[in-house]
Amino acid sequence: MRRVSTFNLAALLAGIAFLYLPIAVLVIYSFNASRLVAVWGGWSTRWYAELLNDRPLLDAASISIRLALTSATVATILGTMAALALVRFGRFRGRLLFAAMIYAPLVMPEVITGLSLLLMFVAVAADRGFWTVAIAHTTMAMCFVTVIVQSRLVDFDMSLEEAAMDLGAPPLRTFASVTLPLIFPAIAAAWMLAFALSLDDLVIASFTTGPGATTLPIRIYSEVRLGVKPEMNAVCSIMVAVVGVAVIVASLLAKLTGARGSPAPS
Amino acid sequence: MGRAIAGSKRDFAPWTDANSRPLLRIEALTKRFGATAVVDHLSLDIYEGEFFALLGPSGCGKTTLLRLIAGFERPNAGRILLDGVDLTSVPPYRRPVNLMFQSYALFPHLNVEANIGFGLKQEGLAKRDIERRVTDMLRLVKLEGYGARKPHELSGGQRQRVALARSLVKRPRVLLLDEPMVALDKKLRGETQFELMELQRKLGLTFVIVTHDQSEAMTVAHRIGVMDHGRLMQVAPPADVYERPNSRWVADFIGDVNLFEGRLGDDGLSIDGTAAGRLRVAANADAPPGAIVYVAVRPEKIRISREPLLPGLNNCVAGTVVDIGYFGGSSVYKLRIRDGSQIRAAIANVGARGDGVIAVDDQVWLTWPADAATVLTR
Amino acid sequence: MTPARQNGSMLQKLIVRVPYAWLVAFFLLPFLIVLKISLSQTAIAQPPYVPAFDLAAGWHGVVAFFNGLSLDNYLLLGSDPIYILSYVKSVEIAAFATLLLLLVGYPVAYAIARTPRHIQAVLVLLTVLPFWTSLLIRIYAWMNILQRDGPLNDLLMALGLVKEPPAWLATDTAIYIGIVYSYLPFMVLPLYATLEKLDESLLEAAADLGCPRWKTFWLVTLPLSSSGIIAGVLLCFIPIVGEFVIPDLLGGSQSPMIGQTIWLEFFGNKDWPAASAVAVVLVFLLVTPIVVYQNQAMRAVEWD
Repeated sequence: MRRVSTFNLAALLAGIAFLYLPIAVLVIYSFNASRLVAVWGGWSTRWYAELLNDRPLLDAASISIRLALTSATVATILGTMAALALVRFGRFRGRLLFAAMIYAPLVMPEVITGLSLLLMFVAVAADRGFWTVAIAHTTMAMCFVTVIVQSRLVDFDMSLEEAAMDLGAPPLRTFASVTLPLIFPAIAAAWMLAFALSLDDLVIASFTTGPGATTLPIRIYSEVRLGVKPEMNAVCSIMVAVVGVAVIVASLLAKLTGARGSPAPS
Repeated sequence: MGRAIAGSKRDFAPWTDANSRPLLRIEALTKRFGATAVVDHLSLDIYEGEFFALLGPSGCGKTTLLRLIAGFERPNAGRILLDGVDLTSVPPYRRPVNLMFQSYALFPHLNVEANIGFGLKQEGLAKRDIERRVTDMLRLVKLEGYGARKPHELSGGQRQRVALARSLVKRPRVLLLDEPMVALDKKLRGETQFELMELQRKLGLTFVIVTHDQSEAMTVAHRIGVMDHGRLMQVAPPADVYERPNSRWVADFIGDVNLFEGRLGDDGLSIDGTAAGRLRVAANADAPPGAIVYVAVRPEKIRISREPLLPGLNNCVAGTVVDIGYFGGSSVYKLRIRDGSQIRAAIANVGARGDGVIAVDDQVWLTWPADAATVLTR
Repeated sequence: MTPARQNGSMLQKLIVRVPYAWLVAFFLLPFLIVLKISLSQTAIAQPPYVPAFDLAAGWHGVVAFFNGLSLDNYLLLGSDPIYILSYVKSVEIAAFATLLLLLVGYPVAYAIARTPRHIQAVLVLLTVLPFWTSLLIRIYAWMNILQRDGPLNDLLMALGLVKEPPAWLATDTAIYIGIVYSYLPFMVLPLYATLEKLDESLLEAAADLGCPRWKTFWLVTLPLSSSGIIAGVLLCFIPIVGEFVIPDLLGGSQSPMIGQTIWLEFFGNKDWPAASAVAVVLVFLLVTPIVVYQNQAMRAVEWD
């Protein structure tokens, strides 16, 4: 009974169009030769060229990328550990608090997490800069990583691990040769999500940053809050393109490798 | 690997030899989940080269026992000795025992060759040796040429053989099989049973199979251990379990049985006061005269006759046919005797037509020879 | 029995303790500090609040610390109307926006769940893809569109729907558009997850028993997707209440949402204690629906 009714089709198309139209508009305007957005001055790549001369912007981009790489990696490691603890270790002491601390940041407004971290950094008199933002991003991303890896672990077929141990692999080797390869797609997806979250974050970075650690979103925000700027259109289009390509490549890879972790004997 | 086992299944009986020592000895093993003892003070000896079947209803603890031997559960009390070595504190990855999982548990990210070679890799063997043994094993389980395939590209029967090969290639002292044929269809199951028996005999290995399928246990095993609620009710070769059960529970669990309760007579060969009158057996019962005993008669041992039989004949009772179950090769007749209880008799359909001469509501006489019945004291 | 449990708990303890310690240090502790500062007073100093917790002063310092705490900031929240207005405005906008998200997201999720399996994955990917680009960028994209001389007004004028280009930016409408646009994946995904599991045979049974399509939807589909609806609502409502970027870039300055208020107090007025107090009240406001939901969920499981 899987017909797609006209209503459904219309809803789908409208929804997809709604989601992509603004981005399309953004990209189109980044090629607008005229400075005034309202006036179409023909196709031009001058704004992209001007980006290359914008030193502060390039610095901010570099900082954002390094920040994202660092926090994504640490968050993935910590988040995977947390997921393992929640799924495999049963009722350990302090589990309730642990779970609460994992899930709370997911729904907390960012102003609150940013505010609280800044206040703590000040209280311990830490120098604010790259590392304080890194810590903040790691903390925030860790929770997303845990949720993603946890849902994969819950579905994981435990008899595979038992089989590995039965065949002579000690627990660590079992984890490395059997568990890890099979949950790897989830871990990779979680890393990518953590990377994107860090790269895109404005609020938390604003609270926790210091001199010399201006991130790309902070830079963009300070430019655009006064109005639309064509160079910003170019920057944003580049970021959209990079992320779009990365996600499409990642999902194609996932489809090609197609390793499943919970087969049913049929 | 052990030496191939010569001779037929019936000739193999090391448990009768006082000098032979068991390969696997389970001593008063107990495992509790919460307040329930899932395995309850269980003791068992299994001998090298034996194909042992653990049979029982679901929840009887047979799978738990298997997992205790494999090392995935720790016992609350008791010991498991393999070759005289206490395995209790040995983790599963160091026991010379392998388990074939009910779900096969094939590694989905590895191909057939890598799956089979996994255990050998853990042993640290050289790549060449691993390749050689894997190839030999593939030939043994008739999966040559399938080495590069992934588990999801195989049929159910093929996956089962990979799981078997994966465990066998390590040449374990004991191979444990957890309901290995439950996912196969009937025809394949029959073929696989014989293949397993042949493999076991050829390689001289010791197999312990867990199953809830009685006919499977009786087909493949040298001895069957019937389990209920964590205890072994009887351990004996299939024919003994069937023909000479040691209790009403076993008699009723294995196949179909008619039970008559009565008092043992002074001569030890007759039983009085049963619903079928006075009954006669051929062997002396192990009970004092006057004790309450139970006579067990299998349905296929009972003969039905439309002619009235001499009233003085022992093991004879009149009844009315209440229902007839047709099973193609045989029919099971349900009969009601004078005190209202039911007897079941199974007759092979040897006539040309499917339905026999006897019909529902017929008055018939039932009889069986004295040596066809067993006396049970509990 | 899990392998990890069987292994020596050394490794196991490490796996639990490291992330635990991290979260205590960088989540719990900061929150306690916010609580503490909300009870302090402003000062022109670094840090800009008193009393500072001075361990060097010993027991006397501890006593002085507790003496210095006050509920002034909380009283301020109650007395000055701008805070209360801000909370109310935030809840108002969040509630209405969540409703809009439900009305827009449900048909989309339903449509995706009804397409053939292999297309579903692609559609889900398409829905999630925009989420990977920065919120900032996407809101900025709307700034482009919603400008007075932007493409939306061009379109409306061309269609003859309006005579003069209306101002979209700096209005509540723009905020709603921005919120619905940004949070749509958060509503669609949980709904899709629940709808996708819906047993088709239930719908067929309803039809067999005489229900027209719309009635089947109302009596069968909707109630069965309630868990997805609740998840989506919570996943959207709570973060929207504390939103900053969307109202800041798209909305007007006349009635800020609570996220903006916190930002203003903190960066604008440099009144850290006040900002902290606002934050603490906000957290309690948000935690309540979650606790209620958890209790409901527990009770539902018991009934099962």
